Amino acid sequence: MTVARPPSPGGVHAVHRRRLLVLAVLFTTLAVAAVLSIMIGAKPIPPADVWHGLVSPSGTENDIVIRSLRVPRTVIGIMAGVALGVAGALMQGHTRNPLADPGLLGVTQGAAFAMVLSILVLGVTGLYGYIWFGLAGALIASVGVFALGMVSGRGGPTPVTLALAGTAVSAFLYALTSTMVLMDEQAMDVFRFWQSGSIAARGPDVAWQVLPFIAAGLLLALVNAPALNALSLGEDVARALGQNVTLTRTLGVAAITLLSGASVAACGALSFLGLMVPHLARPLSGPDHRWLLPYSGLLGACALLLADVAGRVVARPGELEVGVVLAMLGAPFFIALVRRRKPVRL
Amino acid sequence: MRLQAVDVRLGYGDRIIVDGLDLGIEAGTVTTIIGPNGCGKSTLLRALGRLLKPAGGEVLLDGKRIDRMPTKEVAKVLGVLPQAPTAPEGLTVADLVARGRHPHQTWYRQWSSDDESAVSEALSMTGLLDLGERPLDELSGGQRQRAWISMALAQGTDLLLLDEPTTFLDLAHQVEVLELVRRLHGELGRTVVMVLHDLNLAARYADRLVAMRGGKVIAAGTPAEVLTESLLSEVFDLDAKVIEDPVAGTPLVVPIGVRH
Repeated sequence: MTVARPPSPGGVHAVHRRRLLVLAVLFTTLAVAAVLSIMIGAKPIPPADVWHGLVSPSGTENDIVIRSLRVPRTVIGIMAGVALGVAGALMQGHTRNPLADPGLLGVTQGAAFAMVLSILVLGVTGLYGYIWFGLAGALIASVGVFALGMVSGRGGPTPVTLALAGTAVSAFLYALTSTMVLMDEQAMDVFRFWQSGSIAARGPDVAWQVLPFIAAGLLLALVNAPALNALSLGEDVARALGQNVTLTRTLGVAAITLLSGASVAACGALSFLGLMVPHLARPLSGPDHRWLLPYSGLLGACALLLADVAGRVVARPGELEVGVVLAMLGAPFFIALVRRRKPVRL
Repeated sequence: MRLQAVDVRLGYGDRIIVDGLDLGIEAGTVTTIIGPNGCGKSTLLRALGRLLKPAGGEVLLDGKRIDRMPTKEVAKVLGVLPQAPTAPEGLTVADLVARGRHPHQTWYRQWSSDDESAVSEALSMTGLLDLGERPLDELSGGQRQRAWISMALAQGTDLLLLDEPTTFLDLAHQVEVLELVRRLHGELGRTVVMVLHDLNLAARYADRLVAMRGGKVIAAGTPAEVLTESLLSEVFDLDAKVIEDPVAGTPLVVPIGVRH
């Protein structure tokens, strides 16, 4: 037995200070990762030129590389990383399942199906076209999953009915996608790259396209955080505390759909990030979602950018797609993490 | 009547457990519901706490239909502690108790000095002030149960529904929890409804007993009125002698069994 400190106002403030400090460290790490992401690539750019290109561009070759390639790529990386990190934490919180990832709602396969369909049937070419279809596919699939979960669960969807419906819908869409991809070579090509997940070669327009969805998703997540704290004590306790459980779940699913749908449409299947990041954030934040969600978002962005930079370094002068790097670095890391700490109960 | 069930029909899906039941809870009393496993006592408690919506009939809180009141407003008056609740790993006692303040918070104003004082009051009431920073999963069963009760206390409601608050506790810890309930009633004038399995403790700590079987109320009244030998046989199919508790003077049930 250890002698415990009584909770004093000082103790509460110390906890608060520590949380703000962690937040500051995460922001700093993200800033460093962003600078590295702008500096490192097929053409290395010195820090002084990065500053020049960002603050007072004068049309030098480096300025053009920075402004038309590296900055958009970095911005999309940050947006997708934040979105997937927050979506992952929301998903694990709502399902109370530490192995849940945002793809569980069918967004990934929904986006894949709609993209391939648009190529095959409508002859859509070019990334911007696919993104709208991917986004629509992700939204429709997850609304479908939610509706199925609602019908099969009494009094609103439960985590179990959502997971079952998500798995079924994903499997069904995957079968359709595979059939289409096997029929069409061009669709196959797009699908192959999309499936591994990348943030390369996406202009600023892509960031603008998905920004409203990610912003809306983050806003919903913010509103959802205190309710999720109540829900993490069980549905009965949450109801006893005056929380409308069905409303909370609906808002949560909407946030997850917007966040993961937007990032999946823009960057392809990266949902492993959403599974992994909350496990990194939880030891820093504890079980309070008001801190877990922002920490997960920042860590998601850091992880995505650093993995992307690593992918540019290891395969010079070419590069490895960030989805591949994330899975290769993340898997052993994740295994070590799970082995070191006893499995979390949510 | 603070809380009233009027002709309620309760169940899960097609399985109806309670049908046509009426029950009233007077202000400022401790009521304990007893009955064999599966008789519907927890189901009834969940309905009284609006955790379960009746398939028929209605539940009234201060004369108003509870399902038509905003759930957050209900949560400021009525606290419910379900059976064997679970918390996420690593949650500290103080954090758990702070979550009892949920109905008093809005998403833009998360913490106030009212919250602060309600939490420390609840912790000191249950004797957990020194354990506030400890994770819940490091506590003993009795301490953990007290922490959950603290959470319900921090909610600041004058009506409290407790579903088997003494399950999994040894006798000393059961008494400790029930003494706490008695103090809530005596010192703070709270109205408490709970489900208990131990008939002798129920008799000792309740003003009113409600005995249920097969979804019906078989008897309701003071412990001395309810806990009779004929009722025990009717409700529990139990042959028992009822004598006077030498300590409290309340009925004491001594089961007979086959070998005696």
